[in-house]
Amino acid sequence: MILGVLTVDWQTLADALALGAVYALMAVGIGLVFGVLRLVNFAYGQLVMAGAYALAFASQWNWPGWAGILLCFAVVLALSVVMDRLVFRPLRTQSPAVMLVATFAVAFLLQSIALLWFGPLGKIASSLAPLNRPVVISGVDIRKIAIVAVVVAVVCLVALQSLLTRTTVGLQMRAAAMDFRTARMLGVRANRVIGGAVLISGALAAVVAIMLTVQTPLVTPDFALRDTIVVLAGVVLGGLNKPVPATLGGFAIGFASGLLGGALPTTQSQYLPTILFAAVILVLLVRPNGLFTRGHESLERV
Amino acid sequence: MRRPAQLVQLAAPCALVVAAALLGTLVSASSEGYFVDSLVKVSIVVALYVFIGNSGVLSFGHVSFVALGAWTAGVLSVPAGEKPAIMPNLAHFLRGTTVGNVPSLLLAALAGGVLALVVGLALMRLSGLAAGIATFGVLEITHNVLRYYEKIGPGLNTFSSVPETTGLGQASIGALVAIGVAFAYQRSRFGRMLRATREDAPAASAVGISVYRQRLGAFVVSGVLAGLAGGLYVHLLPMNTESLYLDLTFITLAMLVVGGASSLWGAVVGALAVSALDSFLAQAENGVKLFGGTLDLPAGTRLVVVGVLMALVLILRPSGLTGGREFPLLRWRRV
Repeated sequence: MILGVLTVDWQTLADALALGAVYALMAVGIGLVFGVLRLVNFAYGQLVMAGAYALAFASQWNWPGWAGILLCFAVVLALSVVMDRLVFRPLRTQSPAVMLVATFAVAFLLQSIALLWFGPLGKIASSLAPLNRPVVISGVDIRKIAIVAVVVAVVCLVALQSLLTRTTVGLQMRAAAMDFRTARMLGVRANRVIGGAVLISGALAAVVAIMLTVQTPLVTPDFALRDTIVVLAGVVLGGLNKPVPATLGGFAIGFASGLLGGALPTTQSQYLPTILFAAVILVLLVRPNGLFTRGHESLERV
Repeated sequence: MRRPAQLVQLAAPCALVVAAALLGTLVSASSEGYFVDSLVKVSIVVALYVFIGNSGVLSFGHVSFVALGAWTAGVLSVPAGEKPAIMPNLAHFLRGTTVGNVPSLLLAALAGGVLALVVGLALMRLSGLAAGIATFGVLEITHNVLRYYEKIGPGLNTFSSVPETTGLGQASIGALVAIGVAFAYQRSRFGRMLRATREDAPAASAVGISVYRQRLGAFVVSGVLAGLAGGLYVHLLPMNTESLYLDLTFITLAMLVVGGASSLWGAVVGALAVSALDSFLAQAENGVKLFGGTLDLPAGTRLVVVGVLMALVLILRPSGLTGGREFPLLRWRRV
């Protein structure tokens, strides 16, 4: 298939879709917490990293796949709750800049703890490796994980959307995202909503950890660090304020980076971050509020 | 009586730098490196402060100016005979040009300033999160280009053979210059206008201050200082792109926040305090004698401790150790 000047085969396209799907999940995880707390969680990648280490240890101890996945969920959920209680809660009243720097600090702290405990060399998470093998669909090799990632992402997003629109907690979460103070006055319990958002966001991080370890089984302390930076750019690109634009932004940047990474020759694909971030900056200049949002920047009126 | 009090605000951070430098002359040659390193960090943190402290806008991208400064000074001061060995793909005009120590530092500052101007022209239109992410993008781009574009530097390799001219003297002069420029800027009308936009942007624009122009001005000044600091850094130790990336961004931001982002005094105190802790832990990772016993920490403890410290300061004292105030002489007098 020819796409402009790039030659793209179906395999690349499938991988790009899968990367876009995984990034979309990360984007939702970051966007949900931002919605209720107005906090951009830089440390989200380190939640994924912790989950990946859980999977790696499970496969080292020869646990079956499902046990590893359970351990991964347990570790990531516990860590997100601890992070919320110890860091986010005391900082809730601070300015967004302080919170951003604080999560940046937490990200580095978790990464250095991983470096201290598990060493720089990394561990292999191999129990789900069979998913990395290709299946042949009408003459084209497609890795199973690409299909699994897209399906899982769609299922998660649909489940999340119905949670947000069909349940009381979801309604409260959306209300809190729109105007936290008014929502509280109307009887929405802040800790319950925030706790819910943190847990869902943690569960999504666990799912992302599983998907990413299948694609790159070597788990190092900086696992998912670069992905987080790219996803954050994608989330801001899409528009942070609402879940759907944030998801679209995450998907778009994942898809674009998968496509360019697969289609460009090596001499050019090493400049992939440059191309990607230059595009992000350009888009932000034209639409500072996000690509997939409507309306203009609302200046404060005095 | 006000003028002397203002001069104290300049003299106090300078005195701290000089004290650190003098302390550095007393210790062994192997520990001296830590002191020189902290003085270079002071320059970087002061550069960060000029923009972040005065404008209240976060930047994760300043290490790109440091990196470009380091690259400029490094490429231009490697002896001509050794260039082909370290940088085989260097562009022709760079291969033939070699400059001395001081010109290389000035050019580093110029490079930092020019990059800040180009980037700032576009980025200063943004604010809030979009600005934070965009500056991060600048860091990614600079890191990526310096890493792979071998016509302008060693690429993936380490910058070796750069004359090691940054000792205690040059590092402390650099830090003093940075402090002087930062002080002059924050006393100038431009610095005052920018601080007004930090306190209340709508009110500031209502009295006719262009938020965009004032931010851009501070961005360029801090880009110049960051470029200079990069030049000092590359003359201190052999560097590669990884030493001018996320870790440095983290540690310098931590220094600024721990000290107190909204004062020059805070920036200098933070840089020196965190450096002191960091250097002590680095020593302790190799085993250090303390109170009769030997303290031997596992490698990697440094970043953990600094990370915990930064998180604790943010939670317990969000305006930093100094509370974001200048040197507190006036308050003493009132008491």
